[in-house]
Amino acid sequence: MSKSSVDAILDKYQHERTRLMDILLDLQDEVGYIPEESIPQIAGALGISEADVEQTLSFYHFFSTRPLGKYRIYLNNSVVANMMGRAEVAAAFEEALGIKFGQVTPDGRVGLFETSCIGMNDQEPAAIINNYIFPCLTPFRVREIVRDIKEDKPVEEMISYQYGEGQNTSELVRSMVSNNIRKVGPILDPGYKAGEALKKAIQMSPEQVIEELKTSNIRGRGGAGFPTGLKWEFCRKAKGEKKYIFCNADEGEPGTFKDRVILTELPRLLLEGMIIAGYAVGASEGILYVRYEYRYLKRYLEEILENARKKNYLGKSILGKEGFDFDIRIQFGAGAYVCGEESALIESAEGKRGEPRDRPPFPVEQGYLGMPTIVNNVETFCSVVKIILNGGEWYKSFGTAQSTGTKLLSVSGDCRYPGVYEVEWGFSVNDILDMVGAVKQQVQAVQVGGPSGSLIGPDEFGRILGYEDLSTGGSLIIFGHHRDLIREVVLNFTNFFIEESCGSCSTCRIIPVLLREKLEKILNARGVSKDIDDMIEWARLLKASRCGLGQTAGNPVVSSIKNFRHLYEKMLQKNKDYDAGFDLLAAIQAGAEATGRVPLV
Amino acid sequence: MAEVVRLYIDGKECLARNGQYLLQAARENGIFIPTLCHYDGVKPKGSCRVCTCKVNGRLMTACTTPIAEGMVVENHSTEIEEMRKAIIELFFVEGNHICPTCEKSGFCELQALAYRYRITAPRYPFLFPVKRVVADYSKIIIDHNRCILCKRCVRAIKDSNGKSFFAYRRRGQHIEVILDKQMSEQMSYETALEAEKVCPVGAIMVKRTAFLVPIGQRKFDKMPIGGDIEKNKSF
Repeated sequence: MSKSSVDAILDKYQHERTRLMDILLDLQDEVGYIPEESIPQIAGALGISEADVEQTLSFYHFFSTRPLGKYRIYLNNSVVANMMGRAEVAAAFEEALGIKFGQVTPDGRVGLFETSCIGMNDQEPAAIINNYIFPCLTPFRVREIVRDIKEDKPVEEMISYQYGEGQNTSELVRSMVSNNIRKVGPILDPGYKAGEALKKAIQMSPEQVIEELKTSNIRGRGGAGFPTGLKWEFCRKAKGEKKYIFCNADEGEPGTFKDRVILTELPRLLLEGMIIAGYAVGASEGILYVRYEYRYLKRYLEEILENARKKNYLGKSILGKEGFDFDIRIQFGAGAYVCGEESALIESAEGKRGEPRDRPPFPVEQGYLGMPTIVNNVETFCSVVKIILNGGEWYKSFGTAQSTGTKLLSVSGDCRYPGVYEVEWGFSVNDILDMVGAVKQQVQAVQVGGPSGSLIGPDEFGRILGYEDLSTGGSLIIFGHHRDLIREVVLNFTNFFIEESCGSCSTCRIIPVLLREKLEKILNARGVSKDIDDMIEWARLLKASRCGLGQTAGNPVVSSIKNFRHLYEKMLQKNKDYDAGFDLLAAIQAGAEATGRVPLV
Repeated sequence: MAEVVRLYIDGKECLARNGQYLLQAARENGIFIPTLCHYDGVKPKGSCRVCTCKVNGRLMTACTTPIAEGMVVENHSTEIEEMRKAIIELFFVEGNHICPTCEKSGFCELQALAYRYRITAPRYPFLFPVKRVVADYSKIIIDHNRCILCKRCVRAIKDSNGKSFFAYRRRGQHIEVILDKQMSEQMSYETALEAEKVCPVGAIMVKRTAFLVPIGQRKFDKMPIGGDIEKNKSF
C-alpha cells in the first residue's frame, strides 16, 4: 500500500472526517486490511488524532490492522447455521486449510474467521469470502472452495454451478444468494412501476403526504413500532438548515433477511420511499445505510442510484418540481449489530464508533451532523410508496385495527420452506407454521423477533403477530423437538449479545457475560435452583441500559426461563441449593499429587 | 420558556434552572444522586448507569436527562437504590479492584460509593480478567485493572485544538481506554494531573505522586461521598 494510494482515497472523500468509515472501507477493500502505517496519514489528513482513527477502526468487526490474507473467509456462527450443519463445515475448513478460526495460513494467503448472522438464514451454513456470499455450504463444497483458493482462482469465479434467482443473476450482482420469496403481498407485488407514487406525491403538499401516512396508521417496521407519520411530522416541524433521510438497511437481527431481498429485487421501491420522505420532511439528502455483509450489492445499488439521477428521480428539481432537490448516498457499515439502533447508525455514518446516543434529543430534532433526521426501516419506506399510491384507507384494509398493513417475515429453522413471506398482521404463529411447512407436533419452540424477541412454546402458538401482541421486526426461527434450546439457542444468542455490545453502558457490557457464566455452570451440570433465580434478577438490571440492544440482551435467558423452565431444572443438581460452581478438589489435584499431600477437604 | 422549572424528587418539590440536567438540579436542591461517569463541566455520557432514576415512570440517567416542568422523579426508593447498588457491584467483578493496595484509596469514587451503599462483597462471581498496566508513557500510568470505562478522560482531557488525548479501543467486554502515543509525549504535567483528577478510580495515575496526601487525610476519609451535597443547599 503506497502513500499515494491512501492519498487518493483521502482525496476522494475530500479529507472529510465524517467520511472516516468510507475511507477505512475503501482501504480495507483495496489492501485486505488497514495497514498501521496508514493511520498517521489518515489522522493527519482528517485533522484528528491517531487514537481517534483507532477508536473507530477497532470498533467494527470487519476492520483489521493485521493482514487477514488474500482470501478472507468469514463463516457465519448463527443458531440456524449451527442447526444446518455448520460444525462439519467449520471442521472441513480447518482441516483443508490447516488452521483454526481466527488464524491466517502461514503463507499469509488465507484467513479463517467467525462472524455473527450474515442475513442468509434461509440458506445456511453460509460464509462471506472477500465480500462474496457462499451459501448452502457442505464439507464437500468447502473442499472445492479450498481447492480453488489453492489454485489462486479469483473469488468471483468460485461459483458452485449457478447464481441465485432474480436480480442475483444480474451482471452487477452475480451472486449465489437465493431470494426464496414464498408469498407476496402489496409490498413485494412484482407489478410495481417505479415513479408512479412519487409523481403522485409531488402533486400533494408535504403535509398531505404526512396526513396520508397518519391515516394509514403505519408504524415503523424495524421492530420498535413508532408511528411513521408522527415521526415525519416531528422532523418536518423541527428547525434545521438541512434535514436528512436515513434508511436503516443494517439488518443485523439474527434470523432477519427480508431487507436483503428488498435491496435485491425492489431497490427502486425503497429509493422511491426515501425520495417521498425527502419531499414530505423537506430534506435534501438521503443516506442508505447498508450492513457490510451486503457489500456484494454495492455496484448494483450504485448503478440504480445513477439511473435514478439520469431519470431525475434524484437531483435538482425532481420531476420538474421546483425547489425539490434530493440525492441519496450509500453508507456501508463494517460489522456491528448495534448500528441498527438509529442513533448508533447516525454516529457510524458520521465516521465514529457505533455507540448509541443519549435521548433526548431524538434524531428528529438533532440527528445526522446535529440536523433533524428521520431513520426508517427498508420495509417502512417500501410501505409508504404503496400508501401514497393507494391511500391510507386502502392500507388500513390489511392487518388488524392496531397493526395495519402487511409484514415481511424472515422464516428459518426447522421448516420445509424457509424464506420471505409477506403476510397481513394478525396471523397467528400456528398459521405461520402451517404456511411454511412445519409440522406442529414436531415444533418445540419458535423464536419471534430474533434474539431480542421472545422464545415461545406450543401453548403460545395461538398468539398473533402485531404490535398489540407479538411485536416483531419479522424474524421467526423454528426449533424442532430434537434441538437443545438452552445449549444451542440461548447460549448462542447470549454470546451474540456479548460480541455485539458496544461496551458503553456498564450493564450491557457486563451482565451478559455474567449470564453466560451461569448458563455454562448449569449446562455443565453444576447448577442449583438459585442460579435460575439469579439470572432473572441480574437480567432485570439490563433495563437500565441506554439502548434497545442492552435492554433486550437478557431476553434469550429470561424468555427461555419463563417458557422452558423445566429444561433448566432438568439440568440442576439434585437436593442441593448451593454450589460454588468451582471444584476445589479438581483444582488442587495436580498440586496435591506433586507434593504428595492429601487435601483435607 | 420559564426560567425556573418545578420538579418533584421523591415527592419533594424542587426548583431549578431551565436547561439543567437532572443530576445537577438535584444537587443544587441538596439531593445527592450518585454517579461515576459524570464530571462537572464535561458533556454527559450516561455510560456508568449509576445515576439511573425513574423519571415519570421510566428509567433514565439523571446526568443526561434535561429537567422539565412537573417532572416526577423517583431517586431514593428501595427499587432504585437496590438497582444502583447492583450496578456498583458490577464494576467490582468486571475489573480487579484491590483497594488496600491502590494508590487512589480514599480519593476513589467507586470505593466511596461502595462504602455509601454498604457493599461488603459483590453478589456476582468475580470475572478476574487479565488486564494490562501500561507504564511506558512519560508522565502517567494507565492501570486497566481499575478502569471502569466511564469515558471521563476521553471527554475531558483535550489539547488546545480540542483533540482528545484519550480514546476507546475495541468494543463490548474487550473495550479499553488508550492514550494517543504522539499526543502523550506533548502532554503537560498539569494536564496529566488533571487526567488523574478526572479519573474516578485509580486507572490514571501521575508518576511519582501517589502518596503526596497520606492515607487517612484524603477526601473520602473526611466525609462520605455525597456528604457535601446533602449539607449545602443552594438555590
